[in-house]
Amino acid sequence: MFKQTTAITAMNLRAIPQRLGTSWVIVIGIAVTVAVLVSVLAMAQGFKKTLASTGRPDRAIVLRGGSNAELSSTLSRENTLTIMDATGVKKDADGKPLASAEMVAVVALQQRKTGTAANVTLRGVGPKAFELRPEIHLVAGRMFQPAVRELIVGKSAVAQFKGTEIGSRIAFRDSEWTVVGEFESNGDAHESELMGDIETVLSAFRRNLFQSVTVLLDSPEAFNAFKDKLTTDPTLTVDVKREAEYYAEQSKQVSKLLNFLAYFVGGFMAIGAIFGALNTMYSAVSARSLEIATLRAIGFGAGAVVVSVFVEALLLSLIGGTIGAGVAWLVFNGNTVNTLGSNFTQVVFHLTVTPGLLLGAIFWACVIGVVGGLFPAIRAARLPVATALRAA
Amino acid sequence: MKYFPLLWATLWRKKARTIFTLCVIVIAFLLFGMLQGVNSAFNQAVERANVNRLVTTSSIALTENLPYADMTQIEALPGVARVSHATWFGAYYQDPKNFVFSFPVEPEREFSVFPELKLPKEQLDAFIHTRTGAVIGADLARKYGWKIGDRVPLHSTIWTKPDNTSDWTFDVVGIYENPDDRSQESAFFFNYSYFDEARAFGKGKIGWYTVQVKDPTQSAQVAIAVDKLFANSPDETKTETEKEFQQAFLKQIGDINLIVTYILIGVFFALLFATGNTMMQSVRERIPELAVLKTLGFSDTGMLALVLSESILLCVLAAFLGLFAAWMMFPALKDYLGVVKMPTQVIVEGIVVALLLAFITGIFPAWRAKRLDIVEALRG
Amino acid sequence: MSAIVSLHNVVKTYTRGKQTVEVLHNLSIEIAQGDFVALMGPSGSGKTTLLNLIGGLDRPSKGEVNVAGERIDQLSSGQLAKWRARHVGFVFQFYNLMPMLSAERNVELPLLLTNLSSARRKQNVQAALAVVGLAERAKHKPAELSGGQAQRVAIARALVADPTLLVCDEPTGDLDRTTADEILHLLQMLNKDHGKTIVMVTHDPKAAEFASHQLHLDKGQLVEGSVHA
Repeated sequence: MFKQTTAITAMNLRAIPQRLGTSWVIVIGIAVTVAVLVSVLAMAQGFKKTLASTGRPDRAIVLRGGSNAELSSTLSRENTLTIMDATGVKKDADGKPLASAEMVAVVALQQRKTGTAANVTLRGVGPKAFELRPEIHLVAGRMFQPAVRELIVGKSAVAQFKGTEIGSRIAFRDSEWTVVGEFESNGDAHESELMGDIETVLSAFRRNLFQSVTVLLDSPEAFNAFKDKLTTDPTLTVDVKREAEYYAEQSKQVSKLLNFLAYFVGGFMAIGAIFGALNTMYSAVSARSLEIATLRAIGFGAGAVVVSVFVEALLLSLIGGTIGAGVAWLVFNGNTVNTLGSNFTQVVFHLTVTPGLLLGAIFWACVIGVVGGLFPAIRAARLPVATALRAA
Repeated sequence: MKYFPLLWATLWRKKARTIFTLCVIVIAFLLFGMLQGVNSAFNQAVERANVNRLVTTSSIALTENLPYADMTQIEALPGVARVSHATWFGAYYQDPKNFVFSFPVEPEREFSVFPELKLPKEQLDAFIHTRTGAVIGADLARKYGWKIGDRVPLHSTIWTKPDNTSDWTFDVVGIYENPDDRSQESAFFFNYSYFDEARAFGKGKIGWYTVQVKDPTQSAQVAIAVDKLFANSPDETKTETEKEFQQAFLKQIGDINLIVTYILIGVFFALLFATGNTMMQSVRERIPELAVLKTLGFSDTGMLALVLSESILLCVLAAFLGLFAAWMMFPALKDYLGVVKMPTQVIVEGIVVALLLAFITGIFPAWRAKRLDIVEALRG
Repeated sequence: MSAIVSLHNVVKTYTRGKQTVEVLHNLSIEIAQGDFVALMGPSGSGKTTLLNLIGGLDRPSKGEVNVAGERIDQLSSGQLAKWRARHVGFVFQFYNLMPMLSAERNVELPLLLTNLSSARRKQNVQAALAVVGLAERAKHKPAELSGGQAQRVAIARALVADPTLLVCDEPTGDLDRTTADEILHLLQMLNKDHGKTIVMVTHDPKAAEFASHQLHLDKGQLVEGSVHA
């Protein structure tokens, strides 16, 4: 049986160059399907990664109850103090809580690529913000000074927006701000933000309400106690969320859309590719019906014929899948894309083609090949030997 | 037309192959219809934007509010007909999933600046006179089964009342329609006076102004005049036409156009191979038959036309099926994208693409049929 | 009787790769209107080439070909196609019917090139099928017909546009004796009762007996004295 299969398969594979045009239909069809699927999923993956890596299990964010995002939340100064003093919040050497009461404002800046304005988050942060978020570190310039209108800008924001280099002046609200530093933050959502001193930002925007408090907890397990403490406090109406959970919620809409796009478009393309594969394999079988019939007449088994058709379909789809995945990886991996993230502002993310994604895509390519090869294989096996011989 | 039976029979000469190829093309055009449909539905929103309306927002960002007091100043400018305003209420109904596009407005202003929103006169009067009154879009009313007389509680994610609650209750007093664009029937309007009195903070501020100009050709000058009014004040403004405003807003989401174009290029690249291969095979197999037609007196050009028509028949038939399927499936996208109907223009575009596809994939086989040497071909 | 086919000093050469083969050497023949001529000869003698020249499928390398009052060696391929549609009906050894079309659609094909209305076309098709005795099989596909029936359909197709000349290439080559005789009787009937001029290539002496004249070809030339009455 094995010998038979190898013999027929070898014969089939040797015939591929003669039917190059037809074979390309499988390869190209699957390659394009896989490339589209991988690149859209890479977008979803990158987006999720950017927002997910913004969170740490031992950090929590507190918003006013019922507000979905920082932008719609408001917290009084009094409330922020209560929150920062709650149990479970980690203290530094001086006994001060590692927490930052923050406000966010949305400002419109011109994009480098298109010249059109897009929203960017300006975040006013408290003095402990950088101990709270050790992942943030300056890559150029210096930290802003309190009480002076100075800003530091995230790396992705610098790349996306005009006039955000160190030394530039950015004007909003009858005031002018100077960019003094550029920071990195592990490629998370904060990298698309501008940051300044909370009190300076509050006064420039003539506000007296904060929007969120982010705290570092003693440990990830301290979260429930911290949450209970705040939600049972009669002076507060707040929502307490783990940071990761908050950012996952913020990215839900876009992730949903990207996944939908990937599976809807990818799914239909896969169906199309299956029909293409069916076509190719049927014509491969019918072109070789004489050979197959001859082999059957000599005494080769039906099983060997089925397997040989399968192997051919699989091989072609494997080639297609590899080309598609390779192209997606070469062209799109690491590309940056921006869209609306949380707070109605731009978030930049990198298309991430992971090995898992590549393997998954190639796996699906093989599934397409197998489905596309199944019926033609059965037909090849059922070919009535006598008729096929006579027809030729 | 007399050639149709011949074409049709030729097309189905190898049933399985034709069906598979047809399916591949149908799916490609289904995707074309859906993706291009979404793309042009977004563009249509931009195209539909009224030319004699301007949108005035804070120059810092759309999310910064403007003083209510600016309105009288704007309205006093020469060239301005009427001013309306709205504020983002950011509310949901019962569950955060049920987001409701809700805005506090001044009834008379809103419905005169937006004449495309059709509201019966008595309902407008009721809206004006009911403090907690609300007027909702027909589509929104259908979605939740709300009707006039219903009390509807909304939860605002932004606006609290002095008692620190965010639950607001309204009485539905009217249902508006927008016959020009049914996708714009999902807003929830309520009285600004009630909102401003009841909110805990931000009193006297509104989100944005919509400025109706008397003469559309004066839009640019009026926009400059508005922004000049508030230059160097704490609340500088940015005024643009409704169209520019929509465009800028869509750009923020990302370049939909580009992504759609990339995907479709990929799809059609693969499709060219699939269809081209079928046509090639079909002609290759039929060489003797084509030769017979030639002996019967079919001319070279006639053969070219015959094979090309076969390709056109296949592609256009499949494109029709695919576009029809897309048209049927389109409403399912509503939850993801908020677009309701596939623009008919997409069907026209689709057919043009199908003809192009038919030509590109059919021309080589057709040429081969045209050049076919009868004596050679008959010899086999 | 006037000559409907007249070839004068016809030379036909083919190039196969680097070799040039002269298939017909200075051939001259005349065929009278209303004649039924059998072209005979061993394979490679050039009979099919000659038939192709008469039927306007091919052009001579040298010489004149006059068929149905036209110098068809001087026509362009487009003019030739029109000419064939008007003047010639072809019958092939393997019938060459369109497998996906019914008998009547097959017969209708030459009429698509005329300006006849759909009703007239239908009428003519019925008439042609009646002549070959297959009126009741009009809706059948070629695969559902026997060899003899398929050849009758092919003859109906050749007749339907009322051509000046019927050109048959081994019309009985794929048929058994009895069926072959039936087909030959049919051709004879067409020649006698309908006055059709027929040129038929065959290698079968029995088939050739049905014709009124026989022409023998060998190595691209007419064998002297081969014309039998």
